[in-house]
Amino acid sequence: MTVTERILGSRALAALTSPHGVDRYLEMINPMWAATEVRAHIVDVRRENPEADGSAPVATLTLQPTSTWRGHRAGQYVQVGLENPAHPGRRFTRCFSISSAASLPGERFTLTIRAHDEGQVSRFLVTEARPGQLLHLSQAEGDFTLPVSPATPGPDPLLMISGGSGITPVMSQLRTLLRDAPRYGARPGRVGRKVTFLHFARSPEDQIFADELAAIAAADNGVDVHLRHGDQTFSELELRRLVPDFRDTDTWACGPAGLIDLVRAAYGESPRLHIEFFKPPTVAVGPSEGAVSFTRSGTGAENTGATLLEQAEALGLEPEFGCRMGICFSCVKTKTDGTVRNVLTGEESSLPDEEIRICVSAPLGDCSVDL
Amino acid sequence: MSTKPHTKPRMKATVAASDPKSPRLAPEQLEELGREMDALRQQVLAKLGKEDADYIRTIVRRQQQFEVAGRVLFYLPPAWPLAVAALSVSKILENMEIGHNVMHGQYDWMGDPKLNSRIYDWDNVCPGEQWKYSHNYIHHTFTNILGKDRDVGYGILRMDEDQKWHPYYLGNPVYAFLLMVFFEWGVAMHDLEVENIVKGTRTMAENRPLHGAIMRKVRRQALKDYLLFPALTGPLFPLTLAGNAAANMVRNIWAFNIIFCGHFPAGVATFTEEECEGETRGHWYYRQLLGSANITGGRLFHIMSGNLSHQIEHHLFPDIPARRYPELAVEVKALCEKYGLEYNTGRLGQQLFSVARKICRLALPTRRTASPESAATAEVPVAA
Repeated sequence: MTVTERILGSRALAALTSPHGVDRYLEMINPMWAATEVRAHIVDVRRENPEADGSAPVATLTLQPTSTWRGHRAGQYVQVGLENPAHPGRRFTRCFSISSAASLPGERFTLTIRAHDEGQVSRFLVTEARPGQLLHLSQAEGDFTLPVSPATPGPDPLLMISGGSGITPVMSQLRTLLRDAPRYGARPGRVGRKVTFLHFARSPEDQIFADELAAIAAADNGVDVHLRHGDQTFSELELRRLVPDFRDTDTWACGPAGLIDLVRAAYGESPRLHIEFFKPPTVAVGPSEGAVSFTRSGTGAENTGATLLEQAEALGLEPEFGCRMGICFSCVKTKTDGTVRNVLTGEESSLPDEEIRICVSAPLGDCSVDL
Repeated sequence: MSTKPHTKPRMKATVAASDPKSPRLAPEQLEELGREMDALRQQVLAKLGKEDADYIRTIVRRQQQFEVAGRVLFYLPPAWPLAVAALSVSKILENMEIGHNVMHGQYDWMGDPKLNSRIYDWDNVCPGEQWKYSHNYIHHTFTNILGKDRDVGYGILRMDEDQKWHPYYLGNPVYAFLLMVFFEWGVAMHDLEVENIVKGTRTMAENRPLHGAIMRKVRRQALKDYLLFPALTGPLFPLTLAGNAAANMVRNIWAFNIIFCGHFPAGVATFTEEECEGETRGHWYYRQLLGSANITGGRLFHIMSGNLSHQIEHHLFPDIPARRYPELAVEVKALCEKYGLEYNTGRLGQQLFSVARKICRLALPTRRTASPESAATAEVPVAA
């Protein structure tokens, strides 16, 4: 920690700048100066799938974070906030997985992002962002990470299953294993255990990290790379052929809801499966009786069983939201009455005047939200 | 609170009778008024964007410049008055145009955590979290409903004829003066509802969860203004301490005066709970309109008052960025003319005089004989 960092992070300076904090003043002088907040400049933008016509473009952004960045473990994501010129004055915040190997404090890292049609932030970052663009970041978050660090390598085999741009967190894990394992006893260039990397992409042209994966597959490193394109979807039969004891193998799966549903079915109750979602799984529109009312705007409708955020949007409301997967708390609203089910955990809750994340809460029966 | 059903709605006595310009509206008219106000609101919401974001960020930058200038000028003893002036301006901007308005959620749409109502806390001994409850929810929802809106007299003053007189209120002007000088402390204690504890309707136990937050905030504010910054100026410690206290007091006096002009000049209506039972959106707008008063002035004056000089527009549209109030005022005034409602506005001196007169007049018992009903609803003052 440098002297400057120690002064900026000191309690004395915090007391002098209370209640606003040091960063509010530093930011006015230079946006890359910070005491606790994390910001970054984009230093490089590289298109990953220039040949793919039919599918959305994918790009890898290299970020130089402020010295406040604490680094990340492979598999984590980061919240990215930016002012999109299409909506001047408004900052939008979304979550993206980090694709580069684990980073140390202040180190550069990369995000690999697909420009979704409906995603204004992702589309801007992939197609319009240029080096120099300022981004507001969170620290790295999430526990979709390897339980053993390369510092304590175990002999246990690993399995990674991903679909589409769900490749980013598992790519970070694979890169970290290849980079760090030799430092801790594995033979140079090897990961020191059996690693199976199974990935599904729409087409060979749409394959992210194609060259790097080909090189990894060709090298003698202990990693088995299996790429499946087009109609070759996930099947339990094929998985059993590749990894006969997959249910007893530590597995990291990331991808669209369809793939995750299939993987989850194959694993049954196995505790070895770790999952990262892109979007909440589709809600089984089951007990959708009753009515939903949004009290502040005075609107309401029959409960469709979808999440409160979706139901509000279907009624033409525009509640604030962020990640839409229950992690950033941008969409927190007060539920004044009724029961909601967390679509991620299945947890039900009937407390009145409870703060809920509407993007992952589906009403069961009558429900009122202050929105 | 119970009032006998045959009690005449007081609106008639205080507004319609005394001021024929503000009639009671028929339900259809109220509904139409509500629709027109909603449309006005949508119209401005659709326009929010870069201009508003740039504006508030510029104000924050100016506020910080004044703050830094003030803190630095204390090193030059001859510049002491300038230092106090700069720091006062900084604190006024921070509390009013930034703090008050940001904590109303006026800039939540920007998605900037530093300008978000759930996160922001102001440079004031009152914890923002508690102020948001008593102000944003209680005061703005139940504006000028006697017995519900504790901002009518703040539990200390008699600001309405229908608050029953008591010898305690002979001190009305003195209490008002003290509240003015120590305004931020009054605001910090507001949520403790001391008058209700004296009355016996609230217990100390209910206040216990609030104490911690208040004490933490008071400690932080005092540490900064009365210990650390004075200590940083070394031998000038006493001068800097006095200067910081002076700046806080200037802000107190200014904020008090602007705020009292917002709800207490003559002609501003109060309401009973019965009138507001099952209230429609139209009646809510009607109540906000008649329960507030504006102050006329130039652009700089409006900025320095946090645009609370447009109290009427603020109460109609509390979550719309305050810089939009002047343009909204034109439309609101037109609606007032259409419905024959009074739009209470005047110069600062005029409104202040009106408020001061009311504070002094209500120190004495009201001459008209109080009906037994209003006696039943009267509040017991703090010192009773």
